Amino acid sequence: MKITVTVNGTDQARDVEPRLLLIHFLRDDLRLTGSHWGCDTSNCGACVVWLDETPVKSCTVLAVMADGHRVTTIEGLARGAVLDPVQAAFATCHGLQCGFCTPGVIMTARWLLDHNPDPSEEQVREAISGQVCRCTGYENIVRSVLRAARDDGGDTG
Amino acid sequence: MGRTHATAREVLVQVPAHVEYEKATSVEQALSLLARYGPGARVLAGGHSLIPMMKLRLVQPEVLVDINAITGLRYIQTAGDQLRIGALARHADLLADPLAGEHFAILHDAERVIADPVVRNWGTIGGSLCQADPSEDLSAAFAALKGSMIIHGPGGSREVSARAFHTGPYQTVVGPDEMLTEIRLPIRPDGGSAYLKVARRAGDWPIVAAGAAVWLTGDGDRIADVGIGLTAVGATHFVAAEAEDFLRGQPAGEQTLARAGEIAAEHCRPVSDQRGPADYKRHLVRELTVRVLRTAVGRARGLAS
Amino acid sequence: MTHAYGPVPRKEDARFIRGQGTFVDDIVLPGMLHGAILRSPLAHARIVSVDVTAALAHPMVVAVLTGEDLAERGMAWMPTVFGDVQAVLATDKVRFQGQEVAFVVATDRYAARDALELIAVDYEPLPPLIDALTALDPGAPVVREDLPGGNHIFDWSAGDKAATDAAFAEADVVVGCDMMYPRSHPAPLETCGAVADYDMTGGRLTLWSTSQAPHAHRTMYAAVTGLPEHKIRVVSPDLGGGFGAKVPVYPGYLCAIAASEVTGRPVKWVEDRSENLMSTTFARDYHMHGEIAATADGTILALRARVLADHGAFNAVAQPSKFPAGFFHIFTGSYQLRAAHCEVTGVFTNKAPGGVAYSCSFRITEAVYLVERLTDMLARELGMDPAELRMRNLLRPEQFPYTGPTGWQYDSGDYPRALRLALDLAGYDDLRREQAERRARGEYMGIGLSFFTEGVGAGPRSQMDILGLGMADGADLRVHPSGKAVLAISVQTQGQGHETTFAQLVAHELGLSPDDVDVVHGDTDRTPFGLGTYGSRSTPVSGAAAVVAARRVRERARLVAAAMFEAAPDDLEWLDGKWRVRGDPDQAFGIAEIARAAHSTLELPAGIEGHLDASAVYNPPNLTFPFGAYICVTDVDPGTGEVSVRRFIAVDDCGVRINPMIVEGQVHRGLADGIGIALMQAIAFDDTGNCLAGSFMDYLLPTALECPSPELGETVTPSPHHPVGAKGVGESATVGSPAAVVNSVVDALAPFGVTHADMPLTPANVWRAIQGRPVRTDLAIS
Repeated sequence: MKITVTVNGTDQARDVEPRLLLIHFLRDDLRLTGSHWGCDTSNCGACVVWLDETPVKSCTVLAVMADGHRVTTIEGLARGAVLDPVQAAFATCHGLQCGFCTPGVIMTARWLLDHNPDPSEEQVREAISGQVCRCTGYENIVRSVLRAARDDGGDTG
Repeated sequence: MGRTHATAREVLVQVPAHVEYEKATSVEQALSLLARYGPGARVLAGGHSLIPMMKLRLVQPEVLVDINAITGLRYIQTAGDQLRIGALARHADLLADPLAGEHFAILHDAERVIADPVVRNWGTIGGSLCQADPSEDLSAAFAALKGSMIIHGPGGSREVSARAFHTGPYQTVVGPDEMLTEIRLPIRPDGGSAYLKVARRAGDWPIVAAGAAVWLTGDGDRIADVGIGLTAVGATHFVAAEAEDFLRGQPAGEQTLARAGEIAAEHCRPVSDQRGPADYKRHLVRELTVRVLRTAVGRARGLAS
Repeated sequence: MTHAYGPVPRKEDARFIRGQGTFVDDIVLPGMLHGAILRSPLAHARIVSVDVTAALAHPMVVAVLTGEDLAERGMAWMPTVFGDVQAVLATDKVRFQGQEVAFVVATDRYAARDALELIAVDYEPLPPLIDALTALDPGAPVVREDLPGGNHIFDWSAGDKAATDAAFAEADVVVGCDMMYPRSHPAPLETCGAVADYDMTGGRLTLWSTSQAPHAHRTMYAAVTGLPEHKIRVVSPDLGGGFGAKVPVYPGYLCAIAASEVTGRPVKWVEDRSENLMSTTFARDYHMHGEIAATADGTILALRARVLADHGAFNAVAQPSKFPAGFFHIFTGSYQLRAAHCEVTGVFTNKAPGGVAYSCSFRITEAVYLVERLTDMLARELGMDPAELRMRNLLRPEQFPYTGPTGWQYDSGDYPRALRLALDLAGYDDLRREQAERRARGEYMGIGLSFFTEGVGAGPRSQMDILGLGMADGADLRVHPSGKAVLAISVQTQGQGHETTFAQLVAHELGLSPDDVDVVHGDTDRTPFGLGTYGSRSTPVSGAAAVVAARRVRERARLVAAAMFEAAPDDLEWLDGKWRVRGDPDQAFGIAEIARAAHSTLELPAGIEGHLDASAVYNPPNLTFPFGAYICVTDVDPGTGEVSVRRFIAVDDCGVRINPMIVEGQVHRGLADGIGIALMQAIAFDDTGNCLAGSFMDYLLPTALECPSPELGETVTPSPHHPVGAKGVGESATVGSPAAVVNSVVDALAPFGVTHADMPLTPANVWRAIQGRPVRTDLAIS
């Protein structure tokens, strides 16, 4: 089935099986390997991307459902060489270790700060509660997001 | 000992089997597609109940009828003395909706503990109800609120009580050529509601959950009407009918609430599994029924809860 | 620049925050095929027949391998890391649910999985052995009829039994308990996988795989495939976590290799999460009986333990070969003891193989859990505060180096100071007061302590080897003419930050910036031989090798600098990152200038051939012994059994800290592990051998909502034998934390008379414990 999905601002036309999961469309068809596949039961969130500006678990969405829609992945977050403040904050605050959960968590964090620019620690934890990290124990992820909120504040006003 | 073949069910696969796909942009179109393809067709909404089952190949539809483009089905609004929820309302929509929160605290209590925030972005109310998992939380909540479902089919639309909607595990009254389009909840005065869930971890399916909606007499002393929903304990239609019958007309005090909890616990059918043994689940039914009734009564009386 | 230690931001982050890491599943090669494994649904069965005809007829299937196909190539069986054998693809029998039976190779990953359903396997079910406690009963189903011992693997003991029995006989108080450390799984977020590319023309195999020990794997592949070792290149690209899960060689890797040989094309195999949980190395599964003996005034005299170790269907414990029970005999803990004795019996069952993984430091997780639970139980029996009991019995600083009753030689430590710091950070006395007030109101909070010592950095070659390969590790350091350096190391990061910390180690020795040092790892073509990363050994072993190599470079630089100064080498001193003439400090040469000179036309002194490069293989003289004091505060709802972790205080001593930011990150993770292991993670089986935790829906991992913000403290007692005094910290918090959580919950439930309940303390288990009927957590709940 022919679909066209606007991924990170670029229209991508492909012929896909209806059963193809969005995560595999991104990784295998478009070679956007920044989003990852970590479980079988929609629990881990390594696959989180934005579908029309809403974070979704792309392992639980079919690529055909994204036909005519917009998808944003981690590769679409930075502006060329300029990192998004969330990305920069994760590096500053040691919010990642192995990096496997990181793209999905960053996408959720970016969305959170777009809608709630000054979240409490509890709100940050709640926002990422559907995503698993095995390396950090979450503490530095939370600090990274709170740091990005502080750094963001000056820019967006 | 006999011999077995490795059957499809026993083979771990984790990606869906081949399936055909159609997109509907209106209810009429969706219904005609369902009629055309017959029982091998399944409605695809958020997909967060259906697609996980397809990945495990526990369910293998021949055709998916994607209804996400029927944007007119995504709403939460009042109409007279009803709150009406479109079947394509996402869980996140319901959790964020101030009308829902104002009139039915039970819905916010439940949504807060359904899955996780990212899954709630995409899973729909209609999809969850139609999946009819015995551990699904909104079924008990809508049953407690005595809501009703609007089902569209080739003959037009019909209204079914939320307390008759589910006919068994993974079974509803929605026929293969029909579609759930709306949930209606009566807004009644002097009411309060609450939902409480015990799980092994945030976002997990419930071990047991209970929801209650109470409507008090004008003086706030007696229970004029009550709905009690139970999740994950095999309660028929997710309802604790005997406990409801006992409570109606009773004073809204600790003794009667405690008795209601006992009756609810006596009449449920919990099964031992890795979430917990049956005796513990039965205990939770009693404990949680009392707690949600207490909170619901407090809210009905306008007290902080 | 002389001080490169410190919270230096990580160099590896640049690619990960952009989603530009290269994990195994990101690798795509021209013509690459996809493999999928057909696995046994039964825990114990004879294989009658395997019919792959329908699978081969699938238009997108290129090949199907069965156990018979591999047997023809001598690859149906492989050695485990502990000298047993394990089936790559089953031939005669399957011995655990999820065991590998056939391998499909297709042109895309979905077709490969579709084709699994087209393979018809005829099984003759056999009675399964699931309950380890029955493994040695007469009439128990035999898992390994290929071995003389049947279900019995080993008996092992340590300590002085006679002295221990004597101490117990003298004791005023003896407390005993049966306690289980249930089977769990490290579950790194990236599952295991490989891309095998066999080049028929050159006879060369390149294998990208999720391996924590690429060189050891290479040696193993040479033995199993018959390919010569110098024609095998194993590359570990970025790994999405390891935690011991990626130490063994898995059947999938060998299937991918065989498939590449057969098809002449690259073959990728990446497992699903269910495969990961059901077939790759589990952790723990120790059934322990422990006893502690003390005087009435709270002096601990002795400890003894009897353990039944469930190893699954093959003995694949990844630990030094002379230690069948790993380092369990460190169960003597952190206390002054007169004597101790332990006995461990290992058995086979119809479950996946493994046992040593998940940051266990070779069974030290089990040992610490046992001794810290017993200590708390002793405190309760004596009516003594558990902090006071520990403080009374902790080893004193003047006793170090300390040789314990089972032979461990602890290198350094000031234990009372660490415990005192933890108690201060926690506000311990206030917590006890609060607990009393809450109890009076019918609210139940618990305060649980854990003090641990672990031994890491395996290890001295004479004592420690894996399959005969001594556990020394190497480092090669090259310095370019411009003074930039490249360090090639034999260990493999899976997120611990080696690219940064090892650069810091070298930079510190050579007066460079960490940005001047590039760290190369994971590619057997480009790095020296070593045994890999696990058991917290990177810093103690490979880190030491890097330091030794850097110091050799520095000494070579001295000789060159002397030539540059036209002075005698002994007249030079290393000050502030440069070689200077003693007494004339303004004249100085840094490594960059000296490297340039070494490559120049300068007349070089004897011993310098034209470069500064140096190598080292470090054979550690001993393990290093990090330690810590943890305190966990929980609130328990007895009506529902729910446990909420309110606070986690952790004081760690890992010797000198190279990068405190990275050290703290390791501790954060380990505390989360403790919460998960203590409260929700366990792999149970029903009586037909079905694995009940084959997905993240049932194998529950803690989220950000279950983990409070940790409160960390540190003390620093350097290791006297490590070149920079560092000890390693990767596993410390996973070792120390579960006991703190369990002690806390049991403490909360004390008013109900609960003295013990096994992990995981799920709401059901807590409620049942209150009723006096705790749940057995390794079997199906009924």
